[in-house]
Amino acid sequence: MDAKVFDMEGADVAWCPGCGNFSILQTLKNALAELEIKPQELVLVSGIGQAGKLPHYLKSNVFNGLHGRSLPPAVAIKAVNPELTVIDVSGDGCMYGEGGNHFIHNIRRNPDITNLVHNNMVYGLTKGQASPTSRSHFKTNLQVEGVFLEPFNPLSVAISLNASFVARAFSGDMEQTKEIIKKAIKHKGYAIVDIFQPCVTFNKINTFQWFRENTYYLEDSHDPYDINQAFKKSMETDKFPLGIFYMNPSKKTFEENLAVYAGDKSPIYQREFDLNKLKALMESKRRI
Amino acid sequence: MSGIYSKDFSIVICGEAGQGIQTVESILIQAIKMGGYHVFSSKEYMSRVRGGENSTEIRISSKRITAYVDRIDLLLALSEGAVDHLKQRISSETLILGDNQHLNSVLEGYNTLKIPLLARAQQLGGPIFSNVIAAGVISKILNIPLGVFEDIIRGMFLRKGENIVKKDIEAGKKGYEIGEELIQSGRIKVQLERDPKITDELLLNGTEAVGMGCLAGNCKFMSSYPMTPSTPLQMFMAGKGEDFNLIFEQAEDEIAAINMSIGAFYAGARSMVATSGSGFALMGEAVGLSGITETPVVVYVGQRPGPAVGLPTRTSQEDLNLTLYSGPGEFARIIFAPGKLEDAFKLAHAAFNLADKYQIPVFILSDQYFAECYYNLPSLDLDGVKNEDYIIKTSKDYKRYQFTEGGVSPRGIPGFGEGLVVADADEHDEEGHITENLQIRAKMVDKRIRRKMETIRREAISPELIGSDDYDVLVIGWGSTYGTLKEALNNLDDNRISFLHFKQLYPLDPDTQSILKKAFKTIIFENNATAQFANLIKLETGFEIDKKVLKYDGMPFSVEEVTKTLEKFMGEL
Repeated sequence: MDAKVFDMEGADVAWCPGCGNFSILQTLKNALAELEIKPQELVLVSGIGQAGKLPHYLKSNVFNGLHGRSLPPAVAIKAVNPELTVIDVSGDGCMYGEGGNHFIHNIRRNPDITNLVHNNMVYGLTKGQASPTSRSHFKTNLQVEGVFLEPFNPLSVAISLNASFVARAFSGDMEQTKEIIKKAIKHKGYAIVDIFQPCVTFNKINTFQWFRENTYYLEDSHDPYDINQAFKKSMETDKFPLGIFYMNPSKKTFEENLAVYAGDKSPIYQREFDLNKLKALMESKRRI
Repeated sequence: MSGIYSKDFSIVICGEAGQGIQTVESILIQAIKMGGYHVFSSKEYMSRVRGGENSTEIRISSKRITAYVDRIDLLLALSEGAVDHLKQRISSETLILGDNQHLNSVLEGYNTLKIPLLARAQQLGGPIFSNVIAAGVISKILNIPLGVFEDIIRGMFLRKGENIVKKDIEAGKKGYEIGEELIQSGRIKVQLERDPKITDELLLNGTEAVGMGCLAGNCKFMSSYPMTPSTPLQMFMAGKGEDFNLIFEQAEDEIAAINMSIGAFYAGARSMVATSGSGFALMGEAVGLSGITETPVVVYVGQRPGPAVGLPTRTSQEDLNLTLYSGPGEFARIIFAPGKLEDAFKLAHAAFNLADKYQIPVFILSDQYFAECYYNLPSLDLDGVKNEDYIIKTSKDYKRYQFTEGGVSPRGIPGFGEGLVVADADEHDEEGHITENLQIRAKMVDKRIRRKMETIRREAISPELIGSDDYDVLVIGWGSTYGTLKEALNNLDDNRISFLHFKQLYPLDPDTQSILKKAFKTIIFENNATAQFANLIKLETGFEIDKKVLKYDGMPFSVEEVTKTLEKFMGEL
């Protein structure tokens, strides 16, 4: 499939020139095209932030909801119609800050969706405040003395909760990022991909160059099925590893756990209403 | 002292949380209905799992009853504190039954009668049987055949095993023996007219009636976070997954709950949330999400006294304003407040159709009192159950927010058709993509509120007028006060007064003003401190209601209280 099918002609893109989001957008289109996913079968769900605008620039079904609240509708959309490919596109502020509670509990829920989190370690849309992943001493217009909160480590959190797929990518490496995203989409279960990405306007510390110098790909010897090794790797912060940290393909997905899909696999929205069941229920209220 | 009751009898069972009052209630309401009498029950309880003082009122009558009374004819005291807890409602006529140890400290002047519940229970194997014995005593006093009582015990305890059933039937028999002695003593006599037709009627509470309405509305997805008094509806729906193709998910918080439900409706499944005061406050932002994305959602709000945690297990009508103004910005909405079981069913059903039709949030306002009161009714109108399918198969050039005359754009869902469905919380163009084009913005606002509200207003459900349409005085109520106000008016038996009950609070029926204007005097009863509905009427129609009777102590209005207030009001005319 040609990645151009996802192009939005005439979209007025709001990102700054040089923003890491552009390469993530193109990478995602390439990954979707290679997986032969049609726009009609795809739902991009997002919240608010610069990353949250991505669905407006990629031809697909879109649910662009509230800040921090992209996961709840994404889960529900997949549950109502498991035939859809559901990808949640979010940023570090939206997913790990405002939406932290949903992040945690959807790892536990394990819906079969992909969660791409653009992580630039800064708030872009609100112009330069600290995000949950901002590094220590990072000075901003609100953190005037520099950040002193412990940075949020999404990968360690996810692995500690036995998430079913945990990866980190870097937007500057489109080829590797595409491969990781493809695996995440194909993975059955909740797949989180934290994507490092420079913010060219508000983050002068964690630049393109900085990410290049402070990341490396996990060695071939890394065993993504070993949760302890994965956790240890996720705790490394002197240089940040990239790649697939952890996979647990044995977990049942949220949809698989739902009684409505135990026998009948058809999406519930297609199923007919049965008045006789309601009649039987009412009649039962006449008896003891 | 002896009491003879031939029309209407009121029983209150009072004890500590964890003592099993609910078991006694469940047995008795079934026994009364199956015995061929009209029954009504309501409860008040503390927010604790053990201890405290909780009570359940059960009314039995030869006429249909749907309201709470203060009067207690028979009090079954299962704890030492029971009499003190209810002293304001106890009169010299009230016969108080209980074990010696629970009535020991009761002062003189009360009409008490000691019965050996615990001693008899001990003989059967432990105090756990005292509840069933107590239910047996009352059942006997009410002239319910032992066979009927035994059937109920069997039905209720079957899953606990044959041994337990046997013991409980034994316990019931002991209760009947005590009851027989009581009747023989001449201290109490209940002789109500039976109507065998009642045995075939439905016995439901407010929660179940709403729940069945939601199922009738083809609800297929519900996500919620437990909170009294909305939890029972969550439990009701969660248990119906298999038969009704319904997904129930307990969300991590109320914010997730409503965002999930909106997502489900977007994807094609009719969906809802159930919540209460503070939990609903958390949902406010997403009510706006439903508004701007024009994604339907049904929100059930079980009201209780606030603010914040307030009185978790008590009743109120305080969250009309919260519902009316929830969510930032301006968009169309509908608010229902059922006051009787038939309406609870119909309105919940209608809520789904209207939410789907207009692509808006629709609210069902209930409260602790209504959610938990039981009574018998002939039937629910299942023949009236019809669900319009508002989802279209999209074509390639589909635009989710296409401008239309009535403001409603045909709604597609992802994966059904050749088009793409783009829903957006930002201001958007017809396709659904972000825009800051201010002309489009203004048109979208017109679409979301002005155009939609025009039709919605025209279709508003009229308030119900009870009594003559040639009235001098109009009593006004909404939601759960229906039964109480109606019974009080019956008591007054004054053809100058009629009762106007609102089940749709917003938008108001356009005829509201003219109905109100016909009255010489108007009086409203509300379970809040600021007359929220009277203020809404004023705002929408300019009509000022003469007298506002407001109660906000956490208890529902009683029939006596309303009757007295109305007598005084009429006397002052």
